Amino acid sequence: MTPTVRTFVFLAAAASAVVAGRAQTPAPAQPPQQPTDIVTKITGDSGAPPRIAVPDFLVSGGDKDTADIAKLLAQVLYDDLTFEAEFDLIPRDTYASIPVARSLSEAPFDRWRELGADGLLMGTVSKTGQTIKVEMRLFDVRTRRQLLGREYSGAAGNPRLYAHTMADEVHLTQANLKGVARTKLTFSSDRVRDRANNTIEQRNVKEIFIADYDGFNQRRVTVNRQLNVFPSWSPDGRAIAYTSYRRGYPDIFISLIYQGTMETPTNGTGQNWLPAFSPDGTRIAFTSNRDGNSEIYVMNRDGSGLRRLTTHPAIDSTPTWSPSGAQVAFTSDRTGAPQIWVVGADGLNLRRLTSESYADRPTWSPAPYNEIAFSVRTGSRFDIKIYQVDNGATRQITFGEGTNESPAWAPNGKHLAFMSTRTGRASQIFIARRDGKDVRQVTREGNNFTPNWSSSQ
Amino acid sequence: MQRMRTWTMVVAVVMVAVVGASCAKKKPPVVRPAPPPASTADTGMGSTPEPPAPPPPVRDEPVSVALAPPDPAIGSKNLDELNRESPLAPVYFGLDSYELSAEARTQLQGSAQVLKTNATWQVTVEGHCDERGTAEYNLSLGERRALAAKAYLVSLGIAADRLRTVSYGKEFPFDPGHDDAAWAKNRRAHFVITAK
Repeated sequence: MTPTVRTFVFLAAAASAVVAGRAQTPAPAQPPQQPTDIVTKITGDSGAPPRIAVPDFLVSGGDKDTADIAKLLAQVLYDDLTFEAEFDLIPRDTYASIPVARSLSEAPFDRWRELGADGLLMGTVSKTGQTIKVEMRLFDVRTRRQLLGREYSGAAGNPRLYAHTMADEVHLTQANLKGVARTKLTFSSDRVRDRANNTIEQRNVKEIFIADYDGFNQRRVTVNRQLNVFPSWSPDGRAIAYTSYRRGYPDIFISLIYQGTMETPTNGTGQNWLPAFSPDGTRIAFTSNRDGNSEIYVMNRDGSGLRRLTTHPAIDSTPTWSPSGAQVAFTSDRTGAPQIWVVGADGLNLRRLTSESYADRPTWSPAPYNEIAFSVRTGSRFDIKIYQVDNGATRQITFGEGTNESPAWAPNGKHLAFMSTRTGRASQIFIARRDGKDVRQVTREGNNFTPNWSSSQ
Repeated sequence: MQRMRTWTMVVAVVMVAVVGASCAKKKPPVVRPAPPPASTADTGMGSTPEPPAPPPPVRDEPVSVALAPPDPAIGSKNLDELNRESPLAPVYFGLDSYELSAEARTQLQGSAQVLKTNATWQVTVEGHCDERGTAEYNLSLGERRALAAKAYLVSLGIAADRLRTVSYGKEFPFDPGHDDAAWAKNRRAHFVITAK
């Protein structure tokens, strides 16, 4: 695009002050920058979601490896945009008849319009040694105006991360949505098939794993040949708190996954399990038997400032924070079967929320929703229900497809991860929309349990 | 007045164009992908189990049971051999229950005698559950089962500091089956001798 054309574009759009060709640094490990400029948003026909096409990225230079990356970037970007369903993505196998653009400034807009596209996401990629440079442009197909432009360069090791970063940027600028393309899941898995030490019985251990939200890049976090269960992300995505039996009894450990170090906040007091980071990351709610039976406690991340939230001879377990950090929901069987209860983070204003046959694993949604997902016994198995805190209504999102347990919200509240045996005896991690539709399988190896979803970048 | 407005529009348009042009000239910055999370090689935590919280106080409830004769061979066995023979029989529980049945109490009375005969034994009481509850709640339920068994043994005169409890919830089923018979075996308090 020449400066002349660019100026023309700006004059034509003077009233709305389009910013084009702006390169920015949305570093994947950092929170997104607040847009300081006005960005024109892509629109569809008469209120329908915009229809967007994502052809293969263009290659300059062009060895086989770079061509593969160009395809991969477009496919991952397409998948990320499809996942959030803010746009109507035109299937990529329908683009074959449209000539490949020679450059980002020479797209055959008429042809894309014939295909019904409102928006065209184009990009280029070039590779120099182990470095790649990626450019992305979003065009309004009708006006041929550029609505968004980004450029990135860096290591070529994980091209998917570039596509995820672009997807988050498109969602943020075009749909005002914090997308989850760069988020990760953590879960426990027995896939390694190690046996526990110090036992005469066969006892298969579980280790903590992480994966990209779409199931790629699965990696092991713990290596201790014991039970490691119930992982929970810190809000900054750099640490995972979990329950480990590495000392022979359940206790809370925090692994700092990028540093390879570990913290033990409970300092050997009692047995402790099911940690949950507060939304601001400064505190951890957990279950402990330190006073004789299962009760809910809150401590600062370093173990100081202990506060006991429940005092009852019945079981109190499985805490989850409200989005503001002012309340904690948990499971209690003080009235018989386990039910979901809520209490202030100061220990006051205790009240019961559910009247189910058996309810556990409350998981409070992020804003703007104010809902608590939980597992409920339905016959011989479990399904996932969602309790609306504002009006007390409950809806069910799984219906006996195997057992469905341990829901975990996506950080923008649009999806849930959970574990299910719907594909057979093995327990696997799945993701569904918040209405239970569009179920995707994330894990396939071994058995995988109790997912937790990291915050948005 | 009309001229003034036109002039303002022109200034606005020029400013926007300048802003756009200057933005367009920016060098492409470098995106740093997040560092790959290396496996956390967990080392140096030590393997010495630490004692759990002290048990809750228990009523003194003496029960008279005939003393079993000590097994003379028992002293020569190592812990694994000993545990394979399960001299302290497991006790079983009903669904979602941690109450000791009459049968479980009789069983524990026998175990109390074995523990009195072998006064140096240290024992871990493991609480286990069947697969039908949630993993989360079962951790607390297993703990209650272990505590119930321990409390009864203490009431029979076994020193509380010889018995530590740990719950494994439904993580380590004794029988991997998925039927009533398997579930009944998995709702249990299981005894592991850790020192003799």
